Amino acid sequence: MGFLDIANVTKSYGAVEVLHRVDISVAEGEFLVLVGPSGCGKSTLLNMIAGLEGITSGEIAIKGRAMNGVHPSRRNIAMVFQSYALYPNMTVAQNITFGLEMHGVPKAEREAAMTRVAAMLQIDKLLDRKPGQLSGGQRQRVAMGRALVRNPDVFLFDEPLSNLDAKLRVDMRTEIKKLHQSLRTTIVYVTHDQIEAMTLSTRIAVMNKGYVQQLGTPKEIYDTPANVFVATFMGSPAMNILPARVVMQDGAPHAAVIDAAGQTRHLRFSQPGMADWAGREILLGIRPEAITDPEGADRKSGNIQHLSNTVVVTEPAGADTFVTMTLSGRDVVGRMRADVAITPGQSFGFAINMDKAVAFDPATEARIAP
Amino acid sequence: MSAVSQGTAVSTGRFTRVLIHVTLLVFALFYLLPLVVMLINSVKPLGEITGGNMMALPKVWTIQPWLEAWSTAQIGVQPTGLRPYFINSIEMVVPAVAISTLMGALNGYVLTKWRFRGDTVLFGLMLFSCFIPFQIVLIPMARLLGLMGLAGTVPGLIFVHVVYGLGFTTLYFRNYYAAFPTELVRAAQIDGAGFFRIFTRILLPLSGPIIVVTVIWQFTNIWNDFLFGSSFSGQASQPMTVALNNLVQSSTGVKAYNVHFAGAILAALPTLFVYIVSGRFFVRGLMAGSVKG
Repeated sequence: MGFLDIANVTKSYGAVEVLHRVDISVAEGEFLVLVGPSGCGKSTLLNMIAGLEGITSGEIAIKGRAMNGVHPSRRNIAMVFQSYALYPNMTVAQNITFGLEMHGVPKAEREAAMTRVAAMLQIDKLLDRKPGQLSGGQRQRVAMGRALVRNPDVFLFDEPLSNLDAKLRVDMRTEIKKLHQSLRTTIVYVTHDQIEAMTLSTRIAVMNKGYVQQLGTPKEIYDTPANVFVATFMGSPAMNILPARVVMQDGAPHAAVIDAAGQTRHLRFSQPGMADWAGREILLGIRPEAITDPEGADRKSGNIQHLSNTVVVTEPAGADTFVTMTLSGRDVVGRMRADVAITPGQSFGFAINMDKAVAFDPATEARIAP
Repeated sequence: MSAVSQGTAVSTGRFTRVLIHVTLLVFALFYLLPLVVMLINSVKPLGEITGGNMMALPKVWTIQPWLEAWSTAQIGVQPTGLRPYFINSIEMVVPAVAISTLMGALNGYVLTKWRFRGDTVLFGLMLFSCFIPFQIVLIPMARLLGLMGLAGTVPGLIFVHVVYGLGFTTLYFRNYYAAFPTELVRAAQIDGAGFFRIFTRILLPLSGPIIVVTVIWQFTNIWNDFLFGSSFSGQASQPMTVALNNLVQSSTGVKAYNVHFAGAILAALPTLFVYIVSGRFFVRGLMAGSVKG
């Protein structure tokens, strides 16, 4: 029994089911991020928690109280919208206190709450302005202020940073994280940006096509993705997925891949259990940061496999250089140190950290190992 | 506005510009001519009109025709002037405009923000009422007013105009609110505002332009209406348009053209006033929502 319980919840529009049996239990003070591509049902789920959309079947409970059919204003939640949804006809101060006024809070108390929140968000100089006179970042703060002032049980964020420019987005992301660390309020946060999901959350629910693909801590999601979708959706650049055959060599399972010259190369698995798959095809998943130049390889790894292959493209990105090679007919990206000397078209010795490799069943795309 | 049009206008030669201005001036004079004729003849003694040139300025200036038209002219059988009918029209037009505008706003709010099964069909049917000719509803409406006990009264006229105007006002507000962000309504719901509070605190304060458009539209239509006014009013509830007709059409005695002109201007003044006061919002409101920003 958690603080916010989503139990067996489905959502249908007519005959079309858009959310399938979602089960998530959120503990008090947790920061849950719902992440997924457009149309995966994450915003629908958030709106159902808010009470803005009905629940077709199942139950949503906050603090053990079933919320099905309860009006949004009686759920003691607050929501920050993607467009901020500030009332254009009211000043910042009126925007922040509108909810309190609707709940019949006396004026003096409203003023006190507003002053406290405005100071916390550093918007105390903007209180007499209208939303139209504010910048994007300021509007974002006011929208959070409006949510904070209510002292809700659960905060709901619907892609709050997607309307901001890149730099401001990073700043506000940090602000939100700080806010959560100081307030320790339960947060459910929807985004399609996997970096926001990784940096902010204590737990992530990766969603696709109305299913929760995986629910776990950022580390679990990143290191042991449940399937190919989660593996490729989380992380940038995406995890390399390439077909491979499991072969036994010197009594240990190896992944047989084909290099640019058409030669079969063997990469030893760190998991002895992969021997069960000997002779069968799998999908091998390797994150770009597990493919490095030999000097940049992880010294703590017990299983660095070396592989020389032709370099297709190099992409210097400042801090790192991304290097593309061809393995088993797929483009495979590695992340090198910035100053590594690599020329496209030439052969280069790659170091592959097989401790971090993930194997998937090609039929179900589910993870086999680790 | 002018800065923009100057900046984007195609630059023309001096000769072309003079030509354009002369042409425009001629047309402006042509269209102003009836008003000028009415004005100068309404401040002349009748003898000057019947004895001579309609276009000449008055030799003797007088406001007697205006006073007569307002308070002593023979309307039908009573020498009351247009005043009581002017008051009838005001008593009819103010509530009719207010009620139809408010109901149109509520309809638009419900049709866009509280969608329900069949709402588009309902809106289609309401739109249909914009295309029903006045003549078709005359007899059923007369029967209905009779049943309601409102036949021949000002409230009856108000009712007729509200019903007839609802299609238009709903159309205006629905289209305006369709572009209104639904997230604002949701935010207000979470803040704890109910159906009417969202309407009065969030939507109505942001509806200025469309309210102006609707009010002008309804005001001119209802004020200028003659058919409903002559069909459904009694002796004591006739609106200004019907009274003006009775003044001008009276078949006995000498035709007092100067009084008729003054009366006609009196009848047109309120709509003129509404246009001048809020006309600039009219265009702005019609354009609202067509361009973002």
